[in-house]
Amino acid sequence: MTASAVPAPGDRSRFERSPVSRLPDQLLRWGLLGLAAAILVLLAYFFIRLIGESSNTFSTFGLSFVFGNDWDVSRSIYHGFPLLFGTLLTSVIALVIGVPVAISAALFVTELCPRRLRGPLAILVDLLAAVPSVVYGLWGVFVLQPKLLPAEKWFAGTFSFIPFVGGGTPTMPNYFVAGLILAIMILPIVSAIAREVMATVPAENKEAALSLGATRWEMIRMAVLPYSRPGITGGAMLGLGRALGETIAVVLVIGNAPVIGAHLFNQGYSLAAVIANEFPEAAATPVHSSALFAAGLVLFVLTLVVNMVARVFISRGQHGRRGTGGTGVTVTAAPAGEG
Amino acid sequence: MSLTQFVPISRARKRRNIIMRGVLMAGTTVALIPLGLVLYFLISKGAGSLNGNFFTTDPTGNFFGNQGGVRSAILGSLEIVGLASLIAIPTGVGVALYLTEYGKQSRFANVIRYFVDVMTGVPSIVFGLFVYIVLVKSHIGGDFTGWKGSVALSLLMLPVVVRAAEVVLLLVPSGLREAALALGAPRWRVVSRVVLPTAIPGLVTGTLLAIARGMGETAPLLFTVSVAFGATADLGAQMNTLPVQIFNDISSPNTALTNRAWGAALTLVALVLILNLIARAVARRSRMA
Repeated sequence: MTASAVPAPGDRSRFERSPVSRLPDQLLRWGLLGLAAAILVLLAYFFIRLIGESSNTFSTFGLSFVFGNDWDVSRSIYHGFPLLFGTLLTSVIALVIGVPVAISAALFVTELCPRRLRGPLAILVDLLAAVPSVVYGLWGVFVLQPKLLPAEKWFAGTFSFIPFVGGGTPTMPNYFVAGLILAIMILPIVSAIAREVMATVPAENKEAALSLGATRWEMIRMAVLPYSRPGITGGAMLGLGRALGETIAVVLVIGNAPVIGAHLFNQGYSLAAVIANEFPEAAATPVHSSALFAAGLVLFVLTLVVNMVARVFISRGQHGRRGTGGTGVTVTAAPAGEG
Repeated sequence: MSLTQFVPISRARKRRNIIMRGVLMAGTTVALIPLGLVLYFLISKGAGSLNGNFFTTDPTGNFFGNQGGVRSAILGSLEIVGLASLIAIPTGVGVALYLTEYGKQSRFANVIRYFVDVMTGVPSIVFGLFVYIVLVKSHIGGDFTGWKGSVALSLLMLPVVVRAAEVVLLLVPSGLREAALALGAPRWRVVSRVVLPTAIPGLVTGTLLAIARGMGETAPLLFTVSVAFGATADLGAQMNTLPVQIFNDISSPNTALTNRAWGAALTLVALVLILNLIARAVARRSRMA
């Protein structure tokens, strides 16, 4: 090595680019970084603006906006518990119906079905997410709702001894129909994440169970399910987040009555539905529109918390696949409309 | 019983195995029934209203007589989603490039990843409210306009594009990057001449899926675009869109309008499904290449 090849301190190597030709590199680097940072800034800005717009409502009604039971537009009283109740009830119905079905579909596709059927079956389940929510709403209003009514009447009559479920007279739009449609809508995302997590179960674990004489089901119960439990929990929570925020399908089949329905087959309201339904009339009255922004804020915070917890579960569930962002190419990409 | 003796699986365990397999299979069938039902009713109720006039006339807004078709809705949807894609796709690919080429596993990059994931879970109606507060309520460039709907949709599409693009960009072999760098290419040329062209098929897939998602959204458009009947190419005015027209037609007591809703829904689902299937076909081909 000769002395001339070693640049003196402060001197540029002759292989190094001039500051001018390095400019595009710096531009690209910091430009892309700016884009990424802009997402965080934007989310924070939205959050602050939403708080600002709804501050009026919270200073007037305080906590009773969330926990009071009296939503009366004509008297300008906005106590939104009936809405929160409807949102939570329909989402719980969606989870109770949707998650077991989604998990069994995922187990069947990954562990039981013939290899050749795997791809097509997975795509079919994913396509459920491609149907826009307004189409689910249309189907719910004109097909599901009327066809389900006789069954609901029979159910409420036969099981009249169960509180909240039986006893009353089912109405056409009701919590249950809304929950059922939500169950269909969250099914693909829960199933896709469950499939992804189950695919990471090491073959050794499964083979070990089988070689010790376990049947297929015992292998699933002892090797697959325990290993993928955190991921499945996370997937179910993502489904919950989706169900909480779903608007258009719910507004069409929940009945839009701002009361706490006496039973499962009664009309109700949800946070998202109230925003979509009352928004056109509210734009002229600041108090009313502020109440709707407050409903939006409650919804935003609710889904944000659920999603943040869900993502933690999912990344914990994806053993050894950290950093590739595997939490859902197919998953985040699939949904065609939740609004 | 000696250790070497083979213990057969008891009848109870066998029975349980068969029952549970049956349960899982039944669950899968149950999962697929709604898709079949929705498609069946869409075709049986919607196919009747599809004819030449359906696609070539605008809704008239008349309650009686001729209601018109969905031309303006299709045009409006395509324009609004088109502009949304122009916003969301470059931005999304840019953020993904930052994550794969620069941020990698840094703390900041992981924070971005996390919030992009969280963003996918924000309800679309909340994005509609955001855009309403920031752009509509402040009367920037008019009240309800098409381009504001595009902004709302692009916020929904952005996280989908980012996550899909990141996965694809990670698949570009790092040997290619290193070869280009070793030949003396600056970073920006490596990105624009090597990384992006290699990843194009996968990027197309992610993009199409994002477009399909934007296509079916209703709630954000209610707050940003509102409705109009006539066809307009002007993104600075109120516009008609397929999802919003379906939503409004459903609530009508007029059967001619509800029939139009079925026809429009069939059209919308056909568009979205075609985009999805093209996306999957592109994905499959690029994986083999």
